[in-house]
Amino acid sequence: MTRHFNTETFRGDYTYHNSPEAIRRFPFPFDQDTYTYSVNIAPHPGGPTGSTFEFAFDVDEHYVSEMQDRAITLAEDPNRCQSLPHMELAGWDLLELIMVSKARDYPDLFTLNRDGDQWHWINRPLGIEQRFTFLDPATLPYGPLEYITRQTQGDFALLHERDRNLWLDAGMITSQADWSLDFDVGMNFFEWHAPVPKARQMGVFDKALKFLLAVEQQQAYRRLNWTMTVNPRLDTSPENYHKWGPEKRSITPQNVGQKQFLRVELQTFWRLPRSNALAFPIRCYLCCLEDLCTNPEWARRLHLVLRDIDPVLADYKGFAVNQKTIVEYLAGFSCV
Amino acid sequence: MKKLTLRVAEITALSPLVKRFRLIHPDGAPLPLFSGGAHITVDMPEGDLIRRNSYSLVSNPYDGAGYEIAVRREDRGRGGSLYMHTRVSEGDLLTVSAPKNLFQLDLRARKHVLIAGGIGITPFLSQLHQLDILQQPYELHYAAHSRSEAAGLTLLPDAPHIHLHISEEGSRMDLGAILDGQPLGSHVYTCGPDGLIRAVADQAARLNWPTSAIHSEAFTAPPPGEPFEVTIASTGQHLRVGADQSLLEALEAAHVPVDYSCRGGACGRCETGVSACNGQILHHDHWLSPDEQASQTKIMPCMSRFKGARLELDL
Amino acid sequence: MPTVEFSPSIDSRPTYAPLKSHGSAPAIMVADTAGADALLDLMASDSAVTDKAQIVLIAPASDKLARMDLMVKTPVHTTPDLDTAGPLVRQLLSTARMGTQMYLAGSEGMMGALCALATACGLPMDAIQTEHRGTAARRMQCVHCKGITEDVTTDPFECSHCGLTLFVRDHFSRRIGAFQGVCVDAETPGLIPTTQEIRP
Repeated sequence: MTRHFNTETFRGDYTYHNSPEAIRRFPFPFDQDTYTYSVNIAPHPGGPTGSTFEFAFDVDEHYVSEMQDRAITLAEDPNRCQSLPHMELAGWDLLELIMVSKARDYPDLFTLNRDGDQWHWINRPLGIEQRFTFLDPATLPYGPLEYITRQTQGDFALLHERDRNLWLDAGMITSQADWSLDFDVGMNFFEWHAPVPKARQMGVFDKALKFLLAVEQQQAYRRLNWTMTVNPRLDTSPENYHKWGPEKRSITPQNVGQKQFLRVELQTFWRLPRSNALAFPIRCYLCCLEDLCTNPEWARRLHLVLRDIDPVLADYKGFAVNQKTIVEYLAGFSCV
Repeated sequence: MKKLTLRVAEITALSPLVKRFRLIHPDGAPLPLFSGGAHITVDMPEGDLIRRNSYSLVSNPYDGAGYEIAVRREDRGRGGSLYMHTRVSEGDLLTVSAPKNLFQLDLRARKHVLIAGGIGITPFLSQLHQLDILQQPYELHYAAHSRSEAAGLTLLPDAPHIHLHISEEGSRMDLGAILDGQPLGSHVYTCGPDGLIRAVADQAARLNWPTSAIHSEAFTAPPPGEPFEVTIASTGQHLRVGADQSLLEALEAAHVPVDYSCRGGACGRCETGVSACNGQILHHDHWLSPDEQASQTKIMPCMSRFKGARLELDL
Repeated sequence: MPTVEFSPSIDSRPTYAPLKSHGSAPAIMVADTAGADALLDLMASDSAVTDKAQIVLIAPASDKLARMDLMVKTPVHTTPDLDTAGPLVRQLLSTARMGTQMYLAGSEGMMGALCALATACGLPMDAIQTEHRGTAARRMQCVHCKGITEDVTTDPFECSHCGLTLFVRDHFSRRIGAFQGVCVDAETPGLIPTTQEIRP
């Protein structure tokens, strides 16, 4: 199989773009005309051929460019990847999970040869070939978590289980929806999510924690979350908020279709074998309103969802200031 | 829940009462690895009933060639261990769950203090492998009545940080001496009879150890007891729970769906609401808080029983 | 000084309670001058609490130091500020064993910094008690440049390192021992809300 990887940017001139195929397979997150917090969980992987749910770790046309963008972010701020000392083992578990999955699911792109603890990894799209000793960090150029997540789309949180809670003790977070790993690392599940409005009172996090603690080896799950982003920017970190913040106010009726993106997070949950930690990959998909509206059903539904959403959530998801312009743009499609 | 069908490759007597079972994939495929302290749940079909008991894995967690469990024969139990001892032979196929861990090491610890009583040695056997691989400091204290009962003995390395306390030989475990003066950041783990777990917790509390540094695993097979009846609120169905049956097993036999995992009162998955209770719930779990237990509004059907006129479950 | 009453907040924001004696357990006690009153109250409630206690007072008023000296058997350590208290507390923790209790009393900034230091040394969080006394000023970390600004009393405030104007969040990191400050005019540069006293 030949695959095409886009040459594109997620900052500056923002040349990010979706092919018709990428639009077709975009994981549109709404299954109703209204939105409220829900846990919406399904087993993962598992989905139609070609869908974003088909494989454990989806590799798409943005792969190479996303990895280049991550490298830029890390060069400016190495603390976007952190691992408290007791989490190194979980990092190895994650490295194994990703390498084994990708080599199985994309044999044309990735190869993993294992002879005991002597591993040989080939990543063709990124031009990487690495021989290393599994569980020996001295044989890799980075720690195991950083090494493998520099080669895998999406953010990654590794959660340590203790005291009937989950602790955010490691992660690679370069495309987050406005939260800081450097600040939050070491927090438990409730502290980490403390700034999310309303959800705690609604019991969302109690239920989510209970679910996550029950995730077992050999059975992973997924859910979708979403937010809105102006420009196809991955690094919407609080660290750089003063740099990208002004862009949020650049939306006009003329440019909203191209500049306003629906940002969907495909979150998956995995119990790791050696560490018993939970891996929480957060894969980000971006699609501008104009491209979304090539699907009339999506245009109709997105219009209703964004029009009627709770104002507190519109604010939290970062589009309250542009809500009117967005809704008016979408209304133009749903009348048709 | 992911299930594995494995072949019994070898059965070894570790002591007069304890047998070790080695389980392998029938095709020789590698099994999922696990973490120190993990267990598997074994299905034991008998007629219409499937009894399921959880057993700690005692083999090297980083070795997927096979799983090993050690089962102590409980002649007064409800039959799970007797099934393993009398009905299971080498070459048989057993259905087991994927490994799960409710007793993991806290890898932040500056030092691990492991305290085992009797068959409670089992979860530590896999943890020792993990601690050795990770090169983390630990000491193990293993108490047993006699050498012949100390089934774990043959599986333990002879090392200076492994201490044996055989009460028959007058070598009793002095918990105060063990816990006093441990370095900051130590964690203590206990597995064994309830009395030992309580004694360690009490001693640690006397020495002002914070509770986050005290861990224990007490889950055991469900206890037998008097038969009793329950009512299912949604259907009005009445079920009889036999003397050698757990409430969870009775619900499963009647096809009333209840989620479960550890089947030992530790994980919380089968927590069930009680909509009416005229009598006394006999709580045997380690999940519900004392207040929740006293309120008689929740029950853990994997372990707990009932004595009285009427128990109605919110199912 | 009356105790500050904090408004209800989010889960990451620390809460404080009056110190309770763990009896004669080995202990490390640290207070600033406002917090010294909380230690004195603790000692009055149970004199055994000082049996194996090491006491550090940060910039204490002389009358408080004198009263403390009367209550305890071992000499009270004093340091001029939080920066010098850190290494001393670290040294006391280096010889501490399991069972050691930490009692902290005073400003949120001091307690946040020392909690972070103590847990990094291996002391479990649940071996640390904190009682707030004195100012409602906060220790703030700038999310942009990561610089810490001590004793922040207004919202917004100017980061003492990078100069951005930051708003004061209730989101608190125990690892860093500080609240989070985020650029207040990121989306609308120059549009800065009126400065207010921080509400406890």
